[in-house]
Amino acid sequence: MDAPLAGVLALQGDVDEHVRVLESLGAVPVRVKTRSDLDRVDGLIVPGGESTTVIRLLDRFELAEPLVARVRGGMPLWGTCMGMIVAANDVVELDQRTLGLIDISVRRNAFGRQLASEEALLDVPALGPEPLHAIFIRAPWIERSGPGVEVLATHKGHGVFVREGNVMGTSFHPELTRDPRVHAYFLRMLEGRERAAA
Amino acid sequence: MTDGERGIPAAGQTGTMTVKRGLAQMLKGGVIMDVVTPEQAAVAQEAGAVAVMALERIPADIRASGGVARMSDLSLVQRIMDAVTIPVMAKARIGHFAEAQCLQALGVDYIDESEVLTPADEKYHIAKHKFSVPFVCGARDLGEALRRIAEGAAMIRSKGEAGSGNIVEAVRHMRAIRDTIAELHAVPEEELVARARDIGAPLELVAAVAREKKLPVVLFCAGGVSTPADAALMMQLGAEGIFVGSGIFKAAAITKNGIAEYDENGFPRVDPEIALRYATAIVAATTHYEDPQAVVAASKSLGGARPMHGIDLRSLDQSQLLSVRGN
Repeated sequence: MDAPLAGVLALQGDVDEHVRVLESLGAVPVRVKTRSDLDRVDGLIVPGGESTTVIRLLDRFELAEPLVARVRGGMPLWGTCMGMIVAANDVVELDQRTLGLIDISVRRNAFGRQLASEEALLDVPALGPEPLHAIFIRAPWIERSGPGVEVLATHKGHGVFVREGNVMGTSFHPELTRDPRVHAYFLRMLEGRERAAA
Repeated sequence: MTDGERGIPAAGQTGTMTVKRGLAQMLKGGVIMDVVTPEQAAVAQEAGAVAVMALERIPADIRASGGVARMSDLSLVQRIMDAVTIPVMAKARIGHFAEAQCLQALGVDYIDESEVLTPADEKYHIAKHKFSVPFVCGARDLGEALRRIAEGAAMIRSKGEAGSGNIVEAVRHMRAIRDTIAELHAVPEEELVARARDIGAPLELVAAVAREKKLPVVLFCAGGVSTPADAALMMQLGAEGIFVGSGIFKAAAITKNGIAEYDENGFPRVDPEIALRYATAIVAATTHYEDPQAVVAASKSLGGARPMHGIDLRSLDQSQLLSVRGN
């Protein structure tokens, strides 16, 4: 089987960091900026960045609707920090548009502003016994999750790694570490799928 | 990565170089806008800015009014922090570590140790490793960038010539940084010590740049961006994002017979609708910088709003240049 085409939404954020890890794992990264980029990828990472910026750019460049359609059609999606906010059902206490792709309510900047940004070690049984190096930057946490949502890790009493079917979200940034286990986990979700029709 | 993973306590470690540099990585591909009021901050966020720089006067007004430019009024910075959800940056004078301590205590997300303000120390910059809050600093060439990184800067921007509306200095600085990086990558290892001496930067950083062919921190463009095409130019020259200030709010300034009008609080009056349109266009051109059709669409969306008049820098004295402050 050909290596899967792993898309990284490239409107804004730490795109290069995801591309580097995907390449190291033998996947073929595709920077997704247009509708035609989106149509050809097998899965999509929405990277770290600013959620208010990216939701506006998705709408402005008419990518929101086709993105939602592909994910509802089964395409795997992983949001890191900003990406998880964009994919969430809603944002607690803020009137902020989201795409409603995963049944979670997130709280933005939940741990605090930049001074509260931190590195930590997380227990993630789904990834094995070795603790996961996690980097939180003005990070959100998951305040509520629906019955179909699996919470794969918590930090300070709140969910920070979730999955519901083909959609997963992390409050933290595996792309900034040397540990590729979360990317490898996501690529296994892609390999379980047929190549998208061109 | 600079922090050893083994040393991380499970309870978490704040203020590490990784999280300081990390926030700048999250801002890549975006536009950071100067704002002087909470209302302007809201306009910037609505336009899609990734962060705002809270300041009392935009560089063009600092340039015009002269005097000593200091850290902004902290209650104003606080109100701007309360007005938006995106990160808020604020400026401290070069070497003024007490201003930086105040900004950290207030809880801003990034400090710009900036030549746009009047320097407090003509010899030394702030020892930035001591702070938990990250710093961005300006640079005209690679040596200056690496000296700031050695002092603890977690992000670098070109200095350009702030408030001039003239992109020529930003182009000069971005090319100087990128060209020297390309040169270092090509030279044999035995030359690196001499090269480090020549540019006045620590050998370890010079060697790392030569090896990685990039700075160890994010590099933005600042100083003189005033049109969507300016943003596209700088992104194609290797900037990872754009700072813009005077370019937006001067274009949207309300004037009478060519003279700027001020509100009752002494802030220049700005047409929020034009500012939003202008800011939105700069964001769009930054996102799709490699697609001229998108830059055309962004430029057309200005709807007749005119860029700031700008300054031919050759008409200025050395004493009027901001970029020569700090080295």
